[in-house]
Amino acid sequence: MKSYFLNIFVLNFLIFINFTGFLFANPIQPGPLSYEEIQKAMILSKPGDVIELGEGIFEFEDGLSLDIDNVIISGEGINKTILSFKNQKSGAEGLMITSNGVILKDFAVEDTIGDAIVVKGANGISFIRVRTEWTGGPKESNGAYGFYPVQSTDVLIDGCVAIGASDAGIYVGQSERIKVLNSIARYNVAGIEIENSFYAEVIGNISEHNTGGILVFDLPDLPQQGGHHILVENNIVRNNDTENFAPEGNIVGNTPNGTGIMVMANQFVEIKNNEIKDNATAGILIASYQDEAEDKNYNPIASNIFIHGNSLNNNGFNVDKVRASPISEVINGKAPDIIWDGVVPFIEWIGFRNSSRIILGDNYSDSSTPIFANLKLMTKFLISSLHKVDTNYENYRGELKPIRPVIFEKD
Amino acid sequence: MKTLFKILIVFFLSSSPLRAETFALLSEYNFFQNIKGQVPNKGVIPYHIANPLFSDYTYKFRFVSMPDDSMASYNHEQVFDFPIGTTIIKTFAYPVDDRNLKKGFQLLETRLLIHKKEGWIPVSYIWNDNQTDAEREFIGKTIETSWVDKNGVSQNVRYRVPNINQCKSCHQLNKVIKPIGPKGRNMNVDFLYEEGKKNQLEYWEFNELLTNLPKKKISKPAIWDNELFSVPERARAYLDSNCAHCHRKGGSAGNSGFYLSLEQADGVALGIRKRPVAAGRGSGGMAYVIDPGKPEDSILLYRMASTDPGIMMPELSRSLNHKEALPLIYDWIKEIE
Repeated sequence: MKSYFLNIFVLNFLIFINFTGFLFANPIQPGPLSYEEIQKAMILSKPGDVIELGEGIFEFEDGLSLDIDNVIISGEGINKTILSFKNQKSGAEGLMITSNGVILKDFAVEDTIGDAIVVKGANGISFIRVRTEWTGGPKESNGAYGFYPVQSTDVLIDGCVAIGASDAGIYVGQSERIKVLNSIARYNVAGIEIENSFYAEVIGNISEHNTGGILVFDLPDLPQQGGHHILVENNIVRNNDTENFAPEGNIVGNTPNGTGIMVMANQFVEIKNNEIKDNATAGILIASYQDEAEDKNYNPIASNIFIHGNSLNNNGFNVDKVRASPISEVINGKAPDIIWDGVVPFIEWIGFRNSSRIILGDNYSDSSTPIFANLKLMTKFLISSLHKVDTNYENYRGELKPIRPVIFEKD
Repeated sequence: MKTLFKILIVFFLSSSPLRAETFALLSEYNFFQNIKGQVPNKGVIPYHIANPLFSDYTYKFRFVSMPDDSMASYNHEQVFDFPIGTTIIKTFAYPVDDRNLKKGFQLLETRLLIHKKEGWIPVSYIWNDNQTDAEREFIGKTIETSWVDKNGVSQNVRYRVPNINQCKSCHQLNKVIKPIGPKGRNMNVDFLYEEGKKNQLEYWEFNELLTNLPKKKISKPAIWDNELFSVPERARAYLDSNCAHCHRKGGSAGNSGFYLSLEQADGVALGIRKRPVAAGRGSGGMAYVIDPGKPEDSILLYRMASTDPGIMMPELSRSLNHKEALPLIYDWIKEIE
């Protein structure tokens, strides 16, 4: 009887420390049982618990998921704690989070079979010094998204690194109150993409060697649309020179090779004080959604786009003739730094209504004032004989109220 | 020593609500008079549903246990309202030989949904090698096994017991966990009871297990593999039970704007000429979820026909293709104008 009790005691004690995870089970170290240990910790932890991950490479065959509020998952460093999904056999993503207020920091997720980190429907999610990467370089077979918070609020991405995603490295979709700060995106199709979202700041990031550096998109037929109030400030957007490798059919597959910053649809976007250089198709591109959309609630045309204080150099030197044919068809040689497709509602085109679409403040270039072009695609389509590209910068000069800083609900 | 032990146990139990609310072994619930044979005790009602979810060709044995003298309330489009204290029980098993079920089954796991005051709690029990009992497991498990299929071919499978988060991912609607299967329209089929074959709704009503059953005749559901029904009826019935638990507003794939429940009207939200949004390589290079008349150009069929975890749909519960369902979806898309 005594030894029976002792055994049970020892067993329970072991299980106890294993599940509550604060004695030798924390940090969890890489090893043959680390998947079970981490997944168990992610299921049995309590709100506020910290799951610590040790240094080294964790190798997983199945996806991980967390559904407990306010848990912190903390590694030893962005290049030291590595969750590798190179041999993933199940799960559509590496890590799935469906709870509120989770903080992820100081680790990397590599080579997932689908998306790297997906966060769905969270009120509050923070990624701090986290890396997502497909280590084989840009490939169509890479997963779509590195960071993928969707239908979430109070999204913070700070000091993160995203490499090799076949759609967007850092993607925030259908969300509200977003800060993407101090992060680096390289060798993705889209470096940073804010899609169908409200109130976002994209500040102080470096986006380079992607197909497109920073995209602000709004798409039809989704539960949340009508993206607005997006601030893109103080980013370095350069050398976006990776050929578009998105699997065909995806909207991001339309992003022209060598796009700096692109806005599609959306209202109230401020593009301010960015350094945009060496992007082959365009520095800044403002476009309407081109496919036919049956969605009556969808507005395919951008408005109130305020562009000022940016430095633009050496953009538009080799326009993507396939994906940016509307540009190459009307412009010979080097393309302007800032390009608007000039698509407006018909009533506006005939002059019965006037609304604020593209507003230019002072922008800078080493050699001269940057060149702006309104491609006037409406006119080209409707009366091509009257079509002429408008490059008169002063026609678009003006000012808009600055977009106010994003304030998280809990701040 | 004993006191310390007790303190630890109490601390341990309180540290994990999941453990405190469920038994460690399936046998402790006393649902079965013969657990290995899946023969239920009196008061534990076996049932089946018109259109089950495909789960790698497993057989499923379903039961419901309700508190004495309580009743479920009928809903047609939604799951019945079950009283607090109900447990829905589902055992997954492979036949030893699908040509001759008398050879028996390998029981894999038994999933429970337990209806507590706070809501439904999912928990899964994995069967031991001797098939004498099943043990609670929160984090899922991979079971490499095989069975002989209907054609006499031995099939290998990497069967995944879902972890509790994966249970939730299909069972949640607006973050509330609910059963999926026992909707009124899904329950309106016959079942072979010990007493003989009977319509389930009539049986439940007769035995005072179900209230609020409409007086007027309830329409029979289309059955996906019954050719008495039309191709669109069968296809929509299949998509409803295999996809719509996630692909509905408030479901886990609600963000896609692609909804497949039976009530969904035709149009972009049903996938017709709908562009992929976040599909990545799941798009397979195609422009539309459903390209009318062109199943070979439709992402829906492409993802249903894939076993690559980064492409395939559904994301969970499947590692093999459902060979019998793919031609149906093909024919359906072919017919859409």
